[in-house]
Amino acid sequence: MIATMSRRRPDSSELDQTGGERTKVKVRDLVKVFGPSPEAAVQLLMAGENADEIRSRTGNTIAINRVSFDITASETFVVMGLSGSGKSTLIRCLNRLLTPTSGTIEIDGQDLLAMSDAELKLFRRKRAAMVFQHFALLPHRTVLENVELGLKIQKLPKVERRERAADVLALVGLSSWERSRPRELSGGMQQRVGLARALATDPDILLMDEPFSALDPLIRRDMQDELVELQRRLRKTIIFITHDIAEALKLGDRVAVMRRGEIVQVASPAELVGLPADDYVANFIRGVDRASIIRLGSIVSVAVRARTSEPLPQPAQAGQVVFVVDDADRPIGVSTANSNAAHGRETAAARDEEFVQLSVAADLRAAFPACACGVPIAVVDEDRRLIGTVRPSDVFAALLDQGAATGGFPHA
Amino acid sequence: MPDLRDTFAHHQLPLARWLQHATDWLVNSLSGFFRAVRYPVAETLSGFNSFLGHLPVWVFLLIIFALSWRLISTRFAFAATASLLLVGFVGMWDYAMTTVAMVVTSVVFCIVTGVPLGVAAAKNDRFERALRPLLDAMQTLPTFVYLVPIVIFFGIGSVPGVMATIIVALPPIIRLTSLGIRQVDPAVVEAGYSFGSSRLQVLREVELPLALPSIMAGVNQTLLLSLSMVVMVALIGGGGLGFQVYQGINQLDVGLAGTSGISVVVLAILFDRLTQSAVKPRRELRVRRSAAPEATGLSTAA
Repeated sequence: MIATMSRRRPDSSELDQTGGERTKVKVRDLVKVFGPSPEAAVQLLMAGENADEIRSRTGNTIAINRVSFDITASETFVVMGLSGSGKSTLIRCLNRLLTPTSGTIEIDGQDLLAMSDAELKLFRRKRAAMVFQHFALLPHRTVLENVELGLKIQKLPKVERRERAADVLALVGLSSWERSRPRELSGGMQQRVGLARALATDPDILLMDEPFSALDPLIRRDMQDELVELQRRLRKTIIFITHDIAEALKLGDRVAVMRRGEIVQVASPAELVGLPADDYVANFIRGVDRASIIRLGSIVSVAVRARTSEPLPQPAQAGQVVFVVDDADRPIGVSTANSNAAHGRETAAARDEEFVQLSVAADLRAAFPACACGVPIAVVDEDRRLIGTVRPSDVFAALLDQGAATGGFPHA
Repeated sequence: MPDLRDTFAHHQLPLARWLQHATDWLVNSLSGFFRAVRYPVAETLSGFNSFLGHLPVWVFLLIIFALSWRLISTRFAFAATASLLLVGFVGMWDYAMTTVAMVVTSVVFCIVTGVPLGVAAAKNDRFERALRPLLDAMQTLPTFVYLVPIVIFFGIGSVPGVMATIIVALPPIIRLTSLGIRQVDPAVVEAGYSFGSSRLQVLREVELPLALPSIMAGVNQTLLLSLSMVVMVALIGGGGLGFQVYQGINQLDVGLAGTSGISVVVLAILFDRLTQSAVKPRRELRVRRSAAPEATGLSTAA
């Protein structure tokens, strides 16, 4: 009998720390001050003065207060915060539509703030494109011409840019609207044009400034799904700004929560929901649909298991389930203590009970049907090897209790 | 106590002479400059004049009919053609064409100088602030005030007349170009910069096209001001319908004053409607909320 201690699947933030993936954007101690004397304000800030005091004394507003983070290549990094938290300012610093007051930004190891005007133009033309909250399309141009904008600015020949724009437009499903004007399109379609315009230049980095905030809730959900689908194919590095926690948790590989210019927490959605850094974050995630965010991997507990070649163990307690696994540790059956047939039978023959097999990456919602029917759940990894089990009580605990969702299991 | 009258008689301040000398000096020393300014206006005017003079009347009528029909309505097209025929039948056709040439010349120069000035005013607050009192003065001064210096520096005739007209008609196109550019949705401008546009590219791709309705409104006003001034400059020897009106008044010839006056009105209505139909917003311009791009950020961007 092999008892495996269940473990949370490492998420992208951990991979990042172990150096498993490439850092695309590196931001250190970024400060942006709006006001009459930004430099003086930074000095006060570095001397340990409080942002509110600096504001009342010098009239300078600290829009971004010593923010540091890394963004991994091909990651969707969501910056979440209420309006006025500095998230829109932050994203505009990343392509220098706004010039940071102090701090460093490195993109692929290159210092963004040291770029000359020509280099910066090239960076914006080729490497980072932006999608805007209110679409910011050209009303006097057709949809196709709007998508061409970035290519036209690059001075690409007309035939080539037509072709590429048409391709990208097909990618977002708007081929039949090429000749329409933006105002003839619905909000969702207009934002698809905005997205196509950004994708047309084939940038590595997509800067998305609340792109779905102006859309109806239903359209917004569709667009989120489409973005997830697109991202699965394109693997861009996406920096996504939103004030909607549900959107942040749905799209983000990692989510940075901002408050008054500072980053309060950077974490994967599951971590954020499971272990909010403070009351501010906790307040945000209250009312979040935990069932679709918490992964089974974070609540899995030890399963009693038996190889087909071994004798069937006696369950330690009534109602406990024994998972029968094959030589590769793949679950092939279960035996329950209260099933009479199990007692004294060969292990190989004891796999007639029903069970449900779910991936560690599945969310709580996936476990609901099995919980409802009382069928045991086998949690397996990518190779379908048994990791452990999830009991209905674990699921309920995770839905209610924050502690249970983080990977600490009193009953392991 | 001596009478001041005697003092006046014996001690005169020679201001009139000084002014005369100063003007003479200006005219002499800056004659090159005045000729350089005059030259393009004179050439353009004579170009339009000979073009319209040689253009068969029916071609002109056809063009006006087609434009009115496309841009306004069939009814207006017929009315416009009929009115122009009337101008011809009262014997004012050639004078009207001279007036049209003067107006068009003035509008061309107003656009060529006014649009760039308007763009500069929109981009630079200090320039706009400096320009505003000047434009106010240009628009509030009685228009014939310009005639004196114009005559002094450029003489009399149609060309100085057109130059006075340009001065009078210039302010609205500057103002409305500036206004139009300032009203462009900052989010769209920001989008332009975010794709790596230079300032010139943003101006060409985003700002000017989006400001076009406002600029066209400026053209309309400039055109109407030009027409009214082109009539006034008959006082300094400008030709065309204005001169006929002037003669009608001088000779108390009600018939002449009436027919030439009616011809002016016909041209005014025609110009106004045609340019207004080009102003009509064919696209809605929604001004949306957006984070206004910070000035320093954009200047480093460009």
